[in-house]
Amino acid sequence: MSEARDILVAERVTRRFGGLVAVNEVDFTIPEGAIVSLIGPNGAGKTTFFNVLLGIIDPTSGRVEFDGRAMIARPRRVGVESLVWVAPSVLVVLVGLALQATGVLGGAAIALTAVAAIGLLMGTLLLAIVRPLWYQNLLLRFGIFRSARPNDMVQAGVARTFQNIRLFKNMTAVENVLIGMHTQMRASLADGFLSTPRARREEDVSDRRAQEILTLVGLHGIGNELAKNLPYGDQRRLEIARALASGPKLLLLDEPAAGMNPKETQDLMKLISRLRTDLGLTVLLIEHDMKVVMGISDRVTVLDAGRKIAEGTPEEVRRDPRVIEAYLGTPAA
Amino acid sequence: MSVVQDLPAPGGRRGGAVRARIGELSSRHRSFSIIVGMALAAAILPVLAAVPPFSSFQTQNAWMDGFTNAGVFVLLALGLNLVVGVAGLLDLGYAAFFAIGAYAYAYAASPFGNQILGIDFKGLLGDSAGLVFWPMLVIGALIAAVFGILLGAPTLRLRGDYLAIVTLGFGEIVPIVFLNSDAVTNGTNGIGGVFRPYLPGLGSFSAVNPWPYYLTMMAVVTVVMIFCYRLAGSRIGRAWEAIREDELAAAANGINTVTTKLLAFALGASTAGIAGVINAAKLTVVSPDQFGFVVSFTVLAMVVLGGMGNFWGVAVGAFVIYTINNVLLKTLNQFFDAVAIPILKDIDFIGLQFLLYGIALVAMMLLRPEGLFPNSRRQRELHAEVIEPGADAMTLPEVTEEGGR
Amino acid sequence: MTASSATAEAPPARTLAGGSVRALVQLAVVVAALAVAFVVLGPEQFINALTLGAIYALVAIGYTMVYGIIELINFAHGDVFMVGTFVSLSVLINLGFTGAVREPLLLVALLVGVFLFSMVVMGLVGVLIERAAYRPLRNAPRLAPLITAIGVSFILQNIVQLFYGPYQTNAPQVFPTAAVVQIGDVRIPILSFFIVAVAVGLMIGLQLFIGRTRLGRAMRSTALDRDAAALMGVNINRTIAITFFIGSALAGAAGVTYGLQYGVTRFDLGFQAGLKAFTAAVLGGIGNQVGAALGGFIIGFIEVGAAAFGYTRWGPAVVFGVLVIVLVFRPAGLLGQQVGERA
Repeated sequence: MSEARDILVAERVTRRFGGLVAVNEVDFTIPEGAIVSLIGPNGAGKTTFFNVLLGIIDPTSGRVEFDGRAMIARPRRVGVESLVWVAPSVLVVLVGLALQATGVLGGAAIALTAVAAIGLLMGTLLLAIVRPLWYQNLLLRFGIFRSARPNDMVQAGVARTFQNIRLFKNMTAVENVLIGMHTQMRASLADGFLSTPRARREEDVSDRRAQEILTLVGLHGIGNELAKNLPYGDQRRLEIARALASGPKLLLLDEPAAGMNPKETQDLMKLISRLRTDLGLTVLLIEHDMKVVMGISDRVTVLDAGRKIAEGTPEEVRRDPRVIEAYLGTPAA
Repeated sequence: MSVVQDLPAPGGRRGGAVRARIGELSSRHRSFSIIVGMALAAAILPVLAAVPPFSSFQTQNAWMDGFTNAGVFVLLALGLNLVVGVAGLLDLGYAAFFAIGAYAYAYAASPFGNQILGIDFKGLLGDSAGLVFWPMLVIGALIAAVFGILLGAPTLRLRGDYLAIVTLGFGEIVPIVFLNSDAVTNGTNGIGGVFRPYLPGLGSFSAVNPWPYYLTMMAVVTVVMIFCYRLAGSRIGRAWEAIREDELAAAANGINTVTTKLLAFALGASTAGIAGVINAAKLTVVSPDQFGFVVSFTVLAMVVLGGMGNFWGVAVGAFVIYTINNVLLKTLNQFFDAVAIPILKDIDFIGLQFLLYGIALVAMMLLRPEGLFPNSRRQRELHAEVIEPGADAMTLPEVTEEGGR
Repeated sequence: MTASSATAEAPPARTLAGGSVRALVQLAVVVAALAVAFVVLGPEQFINALTLGAIYALVAIGYTMVYGIIELINFAHGDVFMVGTFVSLSVLINLGFTGAVREPLLLVALLVGVFLFSMVVMGLVGVLIERAAYRPLRNAPRLAPLITAIGVSFILQNIVQLFYGPYQTNAPQVFPTAAVVQIGDVRIPILSFFIVAVAVGLMIGLQLFIGRTRLGRAMRSTALDRDAAALMGVNINRTIAITFFIGSALAGAAGVTYGLQYGVTRFDLGFQAGLKAFTAAVLGGIGNQVGAALGGFIIGFIEVGAAAFGYTRWGPAVVFGVLVIVLVFRPAGLLGQQVGERA
């Protein structure tokens, strides 16, 4: 296990909200293929840290690397990005002025320049909005860095579930999973318009794959049920299925056992273990249910008041006096 | 073991089975069924127009002309349905794109416009100058799409109501710009002399013969509807639905919400652009007063009443509403003028139409928000009064996990 | 775990007198801006701008209050203002007054009467609208009440149109518009003072009400966190109804002043005026009454300024442009809290 590389590396992540330091210089790594848990009393900063990892908010300082790539950090030289937007158009205008001065092309030069400049400006603004990967890499060359957004993280291989289930309630289970598969599908706008054979094939393949994923999490046969009609435990599984559909390397589960009875919790633990062994997934759990945490985690990290106060195997953490103190009592066994 | 039961399908068991079968068949061969449906409509409408009781209202030619005008609104409704009904973005300034398409065509296809642009199609093509209509259908759509992107780019991250207001603002700004830029747009008088479409062999469309316009409109509506259904059923359409239902969850599943919303906006705008081109080519004049909030509101009413999310529904709804307005209300006016019942005689039914729209809109929202021909998913969304399993008194309301956003 | 209702971000009402250096700086900025405007516009237009601004401010407050408490853009609010103009003019006409009233006592009595009547009537209309059209949709997806509001707007416009036709209707300007105060070369109508005084007075009264009374507290708490307020025993329905009453009453007052100042009105006045007033509310910071007032005056100055420089026709476009710019770059407005961060 010491050979495994770290799939996620968070270095000195700090997040301030005005005067409140919600996350304070937290170092956090996740070895590939591990199941790690993040615990801590309420208000410890787990959710904020989680949100930083997912690209929902920017850290005040520190960085997060995923799969070897820098994904999250405080935005750098963002002001320069505006220059990058305007530069092509300004160039064109200068060229046009030069052309006009030297008398080449005459009156048409102005119209052409104007059109070209405006077109370029719109093009760059569109780029700034859409932010394809090559554009981000280009910006990196200039030292301009913006954190990945949540959908970028999914693209990179991080998927998550929500603490309060956020399924698409009025869609069927299969449709929910298909949404999860969004980043894995290649159909473009043109494919949509023209209903190309490729698009239709992809839909069929995706449909079958969605059914497979549902079966994987133990939801065989309910594909056409509306998400809101499913029992609670099934909804939790469906959320996991949806997360799995994006083909992640790292799965972030936010209190997956909340509201579950002991049997359901057992089944959940078995499922998570299976995800690691069968699919090679790495899992990060935020959890309050100590049965789950102690039962399946390879490693437990404890946050309190924004700082990491303990990290180690479940046994080590359980016995750590600082942890006990933070919780004011032994964790429920 | 569901905690919650879905609403029973309307129409009873047998009706439901038949409807389900038709639905299933038509979704598998969607494009084909649209073409068949539209062809049927295109054929039946002129026939209906020539028989009593419809023939007593107006001549068949007048009816056909009205159908074509209704078709403009059908196009607008289809496009707005994409934006509002499928993607859930409330656009209150939709008429702005309608205007842009119309003026785009006016610039390409009128003496005044050509002069501004520095080209002369009349000189180049003579009587067949109307040939520009056909490429302009596409170019007008593209230009409108560009403006859709321009409008959408800065505004689509706004929350629903704010987006509505901003689009409303734009919807007001665009006609004002057209109105006040006299040098370039001829101000209040608008741009006249717009070329009618020209088909080699047929010549220019005429004001007297409604059939070329009618058939062109039917064809365009068919094509647009096919695209709309395809898009809504595609990966992109799913993304739109996801965004509409829960934008945060959609983003958490990898959907680039900004781009996806922008796409909806642009596509909706392009449809309005097409409608604008056709409208300009039919009226042969474009002026700013054709594109006020009233138009945006009317199209919105059509989408809402027709059934948000359901393309056939809004198409039929738009058609019916427009036709009722323009024929029934006019006729009521004439009728009561002739018959001279005291109070009713003084009422201007045409002026009343917006009162009726308003009442219909409010009533619809209160009683049947999914519209007359609902999209089944919308119906589920809007009538769900269920206790979701897992939500109990201890659960706090939804967290917007965007740190203060 | 974390705090809820991140959606109801109505910022706490901050008054300009709210404390220390910041407030002084704000005050200084305002005074400086006013001075600049005075110089640029000249005294007469300055007063015009102030008057128009006061009217917009009164309407804007209604928008901001309703949005703060139920997060609904009440599209019909501008039309409530418009109906207010018609109500007041019809009262005056029915009482037999069609022109200026020069008898001070009579004028005062008349004005008090008209204001009270219009404000109460429009307040009730607002409550009725809320009860019939918005309350049933309080838990519906956002689109529904928004669309309903538009429907109500159209209903109001067309009912008025039914009675008064689509043409301009004259409103009796019972306050003598010729009564002026002469300072050197400058003639300032007393009516302007009156309007501004009334508007400011009403706004101060509103602030006192909200700040000091039980009902006002109920309104504030409902705006901040409806569920918590309900748990504390606040009658939500009644609080919302009162909010609508007050907002609509203020719009009614604005209607009266509009009629007095401009002497004409039309069924479609509410649409553009409403949009501008909403711009004012957004500009000042939606949910913030002081912001709405501030925004109202700013918009008044923008509009009069545009006209003064010969750009009357562009006036509305400029105002809506301001709306777009504010929403895109600083949705919290001038006095609102800066909304979160972009990831």
